[in-house]
Amino acid sequence: MVQTLEKGSVLNKESSSIVYDTQQLNLWYGTHHALKNINLQIKENEVTAIIGPSGCGKSTYIKTLNRMVELVPTVKTSGKILYRERNIFDADYGVEELRTKVGMVFQKPNPFPKSIYDNIAYGPRIHGIKNKKILDEIVEKSLRGAAIWDEVKDRLTTNAYSLSGGQQQRICIARCLAIEPDVILMDEPTSALDPISTLKVEELIQELKKEYSIIIVTHNMQQAARISDKTAFFLNGEVVEFDDTDVIFSTPADKRTEDYISGRFG
Amino acid sequence: MNYVNHKSVIKRMNKRLIVNRVFKTIFFIATLFALVVLAVLFYRIITQGIGYITPDFFQNFGSRFPEKAGIKAALIGSIWLMCVVAPVSIILGVGTAIYLEEYAKKNKLNDFIRMNISNLAGVPSVVFGLLGLTIFVRALSLGNSILAAGFTMSLLILPVIIVAAQEAIRAVPQDVREASYGMGATKWQTITQIVLPSAIPGILTGAILALSRAVGETAPLVVIGIPVIIQFLPENLLSQFTALPMQIYDWAKRPQAEFQFVASAGILVLMAFLLIMNSIAIFIRNKFQRKY
Repeated sequence: MVQTLEKGSVLNKESSSIVYDTQQLNLWYGTHHALKNINLQIKENEVTAIIGPSGCGKSTYIKTLNRMVELVPTVKTSGKILYRERNIFDADYGVEELRTKVGMVFQKPNPFPKSIYDNIAYGPRIHGIKNKKILDEIVEKSLRGAAIWDEVKDRLTTNAYSLSGGQQQRICIARCLAIEPDVILMDEPTSALDPISTLKVEELIQELKKEYSIIIVTHNMQQAARISDKTAFFLNGEVVEFDDTDVIFSTPADKRTEDYISGRFG
Repeated sequence: MNYVNHKSVIKRMNKRLIVNRVFKTIFFIATLFALVVLAVLFYRIITQGIGYITPDFFQNFGSRFPEKAGIKAALIGSIWLMCVVAPVSIILGVGTAIYLEEYAKKNKLNDFIRMNISNLAGVPSVVFGLLGLTIFVRALSLGNSILAAGFTMSLLILPVIIVAAQEAIRAVPQDVREASYGMGATKWQTITQIVLPSAIPGILTGAILALSRAVGETAPLVVIGIPVIIQFLPENLLSQFTALPMQIYDWAKRPQAEFQFVASAGILVLMAFLLIMNSIAIFIRNKFQRKY
């Protein structure tokens, strides 16, 4: 009796630490079957990397997690994605609500053509925070969180476009932190950055991991190996392999994974 | 073996350079032609009209006598007309553009609407005059009032404003929209806070250029029967009025030679009016332009 209880509580703990549970997800762009039977469980406070060659559906998958993919009008989906045990495709689950909890950082830095301050305050403002003092605090906290406070604290009113690409990307990360999300999706966040900026963003991801669950799409396998706890290898819209990053990069179970990470294709 | 024979390339080089020069000259002459014609026109109008531009010219109403004829009624009338045309056409035009670009789904009906808006921009203005005459002047019994003329002119320039606004909205990069949606913003918040602030310079520039077209249009006013000689200023939107191009048209067709000079003076006033509006458009574009 005691044992079953314990077992039950262990199970409970396990299921609560799962942020995203993807079940039998299929996705079509028109007639093109882009994601096939995806099953993935993503855990809290981990960095999950998604790797794979171009066109394998990894960006599509990450954009499905906050339903951004629906901006493409011809998209159709089937299956379930449970976010904190609730299906994000449920009719009564508003995308706005979902995206408040799941922040996104894009491939190309895309700050708004506004001041640094207004960029960070955008999220809180659209969710109804008007108090200047609270906004000030959020802006500082978010910029510190994205490790860019010291670089920009004296010029919060200048246009975010005056910053370098690497700084802009960290502003975008700070902007994402400002809505205090639970999960951060990153779609190749360093592909447009130089090596030094990339390093800074990678260090930042290690910091953010303590508080957020991070899912990152990357083209760069060394990056996946450096920063992630779990790695999923996508190929032609399917998950070929999903395991601990160490396992994927040392003893992959599937021949195709081995070929890809050893640079034989892709 | 080389495919490029450098000897023959050098042999042909002279010929190619000559052709190059010939076309440059042709295009320069084409530009010069337009400029010369414009300069001659300006010279004629300015020399003829400048003498009639006096304080009295702005203070007098129309008259049978050229020396007493003034442009007061027409100038004020045109300003009143713009006060109707600007809000009506900008609100309807920008609203339509936002709907078509941001909300409308891509289907056959909407494609058909989009295509026909561009076609409407090419419909002759006299046709819009007939439309205005039927709907606003007769069916809605607005008579030949400022309101009827304003609505007609709004319809005339609406397609131009819609197309300009659509282009300005489309020029806002998709990735900043995505950034906004990605933070849980609604469509409306994204439109008001991200899309419109970036698109406004383009929208206003297009709108003002369209409005300057409305200032100069004559045909619709003739069709809806705007009078030319009016001895009072409009009191409200249902008043009768006259406008600058009507007044110029009337003076230009009169037999007395002096009235040709008065017409030139009227054209100068109209051109100054247009120049001011275009300057505002350029000022807005430069001041609010955002770079991506």
